[in-house]
Amino acid sequence: MITAPTRVAAATAAVLALAVGLTACSSSGGGAKSSGTPAAAGSPALSGTVTVFAAASLQGTFTDLGKKFEAAHPGTSVKFNFGGSSQLAQSIVSGAPADVFAAASPATMKTVTDAKDNASDPKVFVRNTLEIAVPKGNPKHIATLKDLAAPGIKVALCAPQVPCGSAAQSALKIGGVNLTPVTQEQDVKSALTKVELGEVDASIVYQTDVKADQGKIDGVDFAEAAKAINDYPIADLAKAPNPAAAKAFVEFVESAAGEQVLTAAGFQQPTTGGEPAGAASTPASAAPSGSASAAPSAAPSASASAQ
Amino acid sequence: MSRRASRSRIPVALLLPGLLGLLFLVLPLVGLLVRAPWRSLPAQLSSADVWEALKLSLICATSATGVSLVLGVPLAWLLARTEFPGRRLVRALVTLPLVLPPVVGGVALLLVLGRNGIVGRWLDSAFGYTLPFTTTGVIVAEAFVAMPFLVISVEGALRAADPRYEEAAATLGASRLTAFRRVTLPLVAPGVAAGAVLAWARALGEFGATITFAGNFPGRTQTMPLAVYLAMENDPEAAIALSLVLLAVSVAVLAGLRGRWMSTP
Repeated sequence: MITAPTRVAAATAAVLALAVGLTACSSSGGGAKSSGTPAAAGSPALSGTVTVFAAASLQGTFTDLGKKFEAAHPGTSVKFNFGGSSQLAQSIVSGAPADVFAAASPATMKTVTDAKDNASDPKVFVRNTLEIAVPKGNPKHIATLKDLAAPGIKVALCAPQVPCGSAAQSALKIGGVNLTPVTQEQDVKSALTKVELGEVDASIVYQTDVKADQGKIDGVDFAEAAKAINDYPIADLAKAPNPAAAKAFVEFVESAAGEQVLTAAGFQQPTTGGEPAGAASTPASAAPSGSASAAPSAAPSASASAQ
Repeated sequence: MSRRASRSRIPVALLLPGLLGLLFLVLPLVGLLVRAPWRSLPAQLSSADVWEALKLSLICATSATGVSLVLGVPLAWLLARTEFPGRRLVRALVTLPLVLPPVVGGVALLLVLGRNGIVGRWLDSAFGYTLPFTTTGVIVAEAFVAMPFLVISVEGALRAADPRYEEAAATLGASRLTAFRRVTLPLVAPGVAAGAVLAWARALGEFGATITFAGNFPGRTQTMPLAVYLAMENDPEAAIALSLVLLAVSVAVLAGLRGRWMSTP
């Protein structure tokens, strides 16, 4: 009996705490804590921390690139904040201390350029193609995009708010497939996890994700993917705490060494014309097509700012 | 006289951190109100998605509270009134979801009740029924996270209630179940109510376990917190608007309950 008021008071506190938790979470976003020590702008030697905000689908390749960058520039340290591109863009616009932003779509980069938070024009540095991820052995025999709409097939898609979701939507639209997923996941990795656990029969993810998860899932190429390719723009940021290193990191990603890491993971290089990559029409595994022009010459041409 | 005197001399060492604490808890809510897009609010809130998410949130939180009451009150009674080996361990296990990160709870639920889970596999093969990605899945996830709040509330109330009333009922010929129903339950009713409110509030705000176990689909599993999280991806104004609704609902419920239970100490 005596406890009743305190319990209700506790309930009040709990609800308020919840509300605070919500606002705190939504406002802080990615929240990279590392504040880079600004390098002397003029000096050629780079130092300090480079904070890179990058799309979740870049996690594997960028972690690798970060280590290579640190090795090439002793005294620097690369810190990453991986997540959904849209969430990262919001964090940057809200003032998160970031040096570089690599997004999974021009639309999410536009959030940053609209706020004039970019130092350089964003450059498309890679493109990614969609693929259907299915559990090992493809138990439901999924061969085309249309198969996903068959009755009894459970599909997880990315939410339309995130780049993998909007790319999947446009692929489905192109294919004329009307699909109701069982869930709309908040990023590509969690959509993939639902396949890996066998909770869904298929998901539409990036080719690079399928490649990175080989052994646990299988990938099914589909024709419409060639028309729904995602461009990944990168830019160093206006309020970068470490501008010199930020610039150097962007250049490093676009260099031959960077290209090598990215294509090995299944990413495609943007073609010089900026048109949809012809290479994507070859459905077989994401062979990086020899990359005759391994020089970074291809990259600057795609500097057409994020549409 | 002396009481009044002591009240006027509030030590600064307590007052300052106390006020800071108050500020810390209230300021974010003020921020929400200040940044609210009042002008576009009616348009934001009249969208069908918002009401769908709110309705789903209310239905699921209430159902989860119902599940918690049905299962949690007997559990609390067992913990408070009976002696059995390993009771302490059971008690610790019951309160575990209180401190467990909800996402972990969601993962655990998925591994047990998912299509390939120990129990879920059987559910699927025997009844062709799968829990993840369904509204029932949301209720399960919310109940998992919220029930411990009810159990510890009720258990506390039971421990505070004098067992001699039950003994008296027993000497007058009442069975244990009758004594529980007619004597114990009315005795601990305020504790049960407070626990139910706590559980309801916790279920309403539940995010991690829900998105992990039940996924996110508008109208089926997308509750308000999930809608807020996804709106934050590309439309912060919508996220603020949705947060305001959740805040208003929470405040309204607490204000409504205050009159009923706070006035009878």
